Amino acid sequence: MYDVLLTLHLLSAAIAFVTLVMFSAWAIGAPTTRGTFALADQAWNVSGAGLLIFGIWLALYLDGYELWDGWIVGALILFAAASGFGALARQQVMPLLEAGGELTARQVTAWHWLRTLSIVGILALMVWKPGA
Amino acid sequence: MDLALFVHVLGAFALVGALATAAAYLVAARRDGSLELMRAGYGALLIGALPAFIVTRMAAQWVASEQNLLDSEATWIVAGIVATDVGFVFLVAATVAAGLAVRRAGAQETGGEPGRGVSIAAWLVGLLIVVYAVMIWMMTAKPG
Repeated sequence: MYDVLLTLHLLSAAIAFVTLVMFSAWAIGAPTTRGTFALADQAWNVSGAGLLIFGIWLALYLDGYELWDGWIVGALILFAAASGFGALARQQVMPLLEAGGELTARQVTAWHWLRTLSIVGILALMVWKPGA
Repeated sequence: MDLALFVHVLGAFALVGALATAAAYLVAARRDGSLELMRAGYGALLIGALPAFIVTRMAAQWVASEQNLLDSEATWIVAGIVATDVGFVFLVAATVAAGLAVRRAGAQETGGEPGRGVSIAAWLVGLLIVVYAVMIWMMTAKPG
């Protein structure tokens, strides 16, 4: 059971990077299309649900960890921040796509890099588990 | 050990993200023959997937060295080595195929004729995504 939960949690994390890399590609000038935006959007939704569900399940399943452990609370706060930054990044992109316009690097970067930092921060907490 | 593992996992996730990005652009380019989309797919492989692969593989060696696993014959380690070494050949082949497709399309200035290189690159990248998803399971469950 532990292996299955951890695998699904890690696959969810890997899927989050589909969104992060896609936005990074736009930030350095790759073309934005409805198809790539839909993929980035869906990947973010699927990974977010997977990270939260399987992450919390893991914390409840394992004897050594509690949901209120500092590193888990920190990860949840960073997850909420990443979700907020992601929503803001999406808000900037959507109207342009609907109008058939092109994105500029500046429009993509600000919220995207904050979201990326939050996700990398979560990964660091998952690896080092400070206080565990 | 923690830093090596952090770099390894970060590199692996970035590799999966870059491969998915490349696949999205290459499949779109295959459909409409857009040179711009072809270039983006090629770029995702060249400046995204290849560096991420190198970081992942080097950090894997670092983790194995710190955990005295360099001579291990455990199934999950052997599978990881085989998948990355063979995967590297596939990744280079996909990058070369995409690069040649971009070059050919750029020279001919064709629209709507993506060529075989884009298809080959898209299939190889799709295969790599599946293989690396299985590798995530193997590195986690560590069978054998």
